[in-house]
Amino acid sequence: MTFSTDPGSPPVLEARGVNKEFPGVKALDDVSLSLHKGEVHALVGENGAGKSTLIKVLTGVYPQDAGQLFHHQVPVTFRSPGAAQAAGISTIYQEVNLVPTQSAARNLYLGREPRTRLGLIDFTAMHRAARELLDEYSIRADVEAPLASLGLGTQQMIAVARAVAIDANVVIMDEPTSSLEAREVETLFGVIDRLRARGVAIIYVSHRLDELYRICDTVTVLRDGKLVHTGPLAGLPRLQLVATMLGRELLAQTKRHSESDEQSEGPYAEPVLEVRNITRRGVLDNISFAVRPGEIVGLGGLLGAGRTETGMAVLGAQDLDAGTVAVDGRVVRAGSPSASIAAGVALLPEDRKLEGILPSLSIRDNIVLAALPRLSRAGLVSDRKVDEVVATFMKQLHIRATGPDQKVGTLSGGNQQKVMLARLLCLNPKVLILDEPTRGIDVGAKTEVRVTIDELAAAGLAVLLISSETEELVDGSDRIIVLREGQVTDVLTGDRLSEDELVRAIASVEPDTSEEPTDD
Amino acid sequence: MTEALAVRRSDIDRAAVSRWTRDKGVYVALLLLLVYNAFFTPRFVNLHNLNVQLILDTRIIVVALGMALVIGTEGIDLSVGAVMALAGGLLVQFSGLPAIVAIVLVLVVGALVGLLNGTLVAIVGVQPIVATLAFLFAGRSLAQLLLQGRNPSIHNSAILAVSSGSFLGVNGLILAALVPILLVAFTIRRTNFGHRLLAVGDNARASFLSGVPVKGTLILVYVISGALAAWAGVMDTASITSANALSSGLNYELFAITAVVVGGTPLTGGRVRIVGTVAAAVLMQLLRSTLIFHSATDAESQMVTAAVIVGAVYVQRVRAKS
Repeated sequence: MTFSTDPGSPPVLEARGVNKEFPGVKALDDVSLSLHKGEVHALVGENGAGKSTLIKVLTGVYPQDAGQLFHHQVPVTFRSPGAAQAAGISTIYQEVNLVPTQSAARNLYLGREPRTRLGLIDFTAMHRAARELLDEYSIRADVEAPLASLGLGTQQMIAVARAVAIDANVVIMDEPTSSLEAREVETLFGVIDRLRARGVAIIYVSHRLDELYRICDTVTVLRDGKLVHTGPLAGLPRLQLVATMLGRELLAQTKRHSESDEQSEGPYAEPVLEVRNITRRGVLDNISFAVRPGEIVGLGGLLGAGRTETGMAVLGAQDLDAGTVAVDGRVVRAGSPSASIAAGVALLPEDRKLEGILPSLSIRDNIVLAALPRLSRAGLVSDRKVDEVVATFMKQLHIRATGPDQKVGTLSGGNQQKVMLARLLCLNPKVLILDEPTRGIDVGAKTEVRVTIDELAAAGLAVLLISSETEELVDGSDRIIVLREGQVTDVLTGDRLSEDELVRAIASVEPDTSEEPTDD
Repeated sequence: MTEALAVRRSDIDRAAVSRWTRDKGVYVALLLLLVYNAFFTPRFVNLHNLNVQLILDTRIIVVALGMALVIGTEGIDLSVGAVMALAGGLLVQFSGLPAIVAIVLVLVVGALVGLLNGTLVAIVGVQPIVATLAFLFAGRSLAQLLLQGRNPSIHNSAILAVSSGSFLGVNGLILAALVPILLVAFTIRRTNFGHRLLAVGDNARASFLSGVPVKGTLILVYVISGALAAWAGVMDTASITSANALSSGLNYELFAITAVVVGGTPLTGGRVRIVGTVAAAVLMQLLRSTLIFHSATDAESQMVTAAVIVGAVYVQRVRAKS
């Protein structure tokens, strides 16, 4: 199972058979990983695959429930992040965790500043050393300027330089390029090359396939807490990699979906939702599409491709540089969810806990939250109307609870999701955006939710379905828009509406770089 | 097997017990204190003394009502005591005007302070503790400037009637507290705004995505808190019949926070307990009086207060975990 770029050398850091369980979730299930000197090791997987948990186990944030870590082949237990760092394992997070108000030089030498004979910080020596260190990695920055005044990319590079300067032998980079400009990415790759040359082992977490193929030697794929693949990256076709990440075996190209008869009705109706050229620098790039009443349009792509952001843009909760969203032909005021909701848009957020439920409020309060203006007169809530609505939807969606007063935080994931759906449906929306509607709920509830979505579309709603599950997307959509790095790269319809085609479309290289060899 | 079930059972029982303590603890404590006083403190539990105790408590209650709303949104308002002092100073300034106009103007200024606080919190994005800290200093200084070191007496009988008047045998200050208690309770229970306030406190992002005007809701909460603090300042000024920039409302922000927390409103937002807050304010006052009756020093009585706060926070902890 293990693989090495330099099979002769023993691994620097190794995890064997690691298990980690959280209440109700097996976050890591018998996962092993070995990291060698001078290796850039890609760690990939969709949301909830266990990447963060594995990193946290490797860096002493969480203790593992079972399994063993080896550092230079010696069994180790890191009792705290500090202990892992002391052993030379450094983590560079997306958000730089240094001291923003202090100079770059101080950050580089925090806790080990050069001292003068009097025991004071020798600023001259520190600044000189800092300049030399940054020069070595071709990082251009004013070492005396406060860290916060430097670009995000530079800050990140300084974090890397600091990690290396304190003798890190393992550097873990979690989505390091997500906030970087193209030029900064190049500098970072230069730094990574130098680290590799110095024998530092790197774990590189990213969803950008181009980057992985450019700088990584090996890849480990996690899915649902399990190790599903580990091996050299070169020679592994993109398509295969994406299929492994998404958990789709590549089948012979069979058409598994045919709703062309239903589809034929679509084109005659006027679109209820029209998205035109929405653009946000670094997030969304000129996305346009339309959804007709009764149509379910899927949004596919890897994590970070801009699916969620597109949904948020339709709700008016994503800042845009350009572009408009129109409902029923009328452009909706941007940046205001309440305006979008009034126009008939409703969104089921991806992260139910963080963005959806009000955990300490009752089912009743949760359901009517968005519809309060409609259920009140002169600012006074009508208990009668609220009770009516709540009773209707609890029955219609089969919400299982002790009663409408039960706190939503105490419900199961599936029932919470139904409460969320009820909140949207009591708005009587025209456009429904569902971001990962079946994530984190059990199989029975999944089916119920899917059936509900179909019924809603049949009743004439325009549905925008966002999902990481290819099966859900293919089975549930009339058409799938494939996004990649904020751009529409493909639209699957009719015969191409299959899981194979979807995986292919997600994995395919960008159209404008078509000179690259294709996967098949 | 049976053993495992038994363990489960006791876990559930413990959760139920701690939930009950959290929700009802303040009432039980209040009752116990009254029972204790009935037996062990001579001349304590009688209509006259209890009336006096309640009257002493009215200003804290009014301030605590606003604080409860603010804390319900996961915020805090440290400016309330200073607003009380400012209200006294303003009442003196407005002494030429009819009482009702003067009082309304004072309430408007209190609301404006709330508007400033709310804007800092909701629009500028300053932490509530910092945003309202600014006015904690500014408000009292403003009052000092207005009064120029003097403690002028209030002669307007209509203003004084807030304290000295009575209706159907009920003291004016008690009525002056009762009306806002009912209004705030009604707001939380029945109004659109009340529902939204709790939603914002429980999960601001979810509320925003559900079309709740989060910023407006937050601002209004601070406006209400400011106006209530100004009203408490009017009550205080009427009760001591003079304005005092230094002592009026001093430390009231802390008393109010204590009442809210001991009353079972979690600092994490999403829940506001009005009756609990009022009961806690009464409890803290009774506790102090009881200790004084038993000739404890002020220092000793504050130690007991501290213990009650720690106890209340300990009980709250259960909630944070679940």
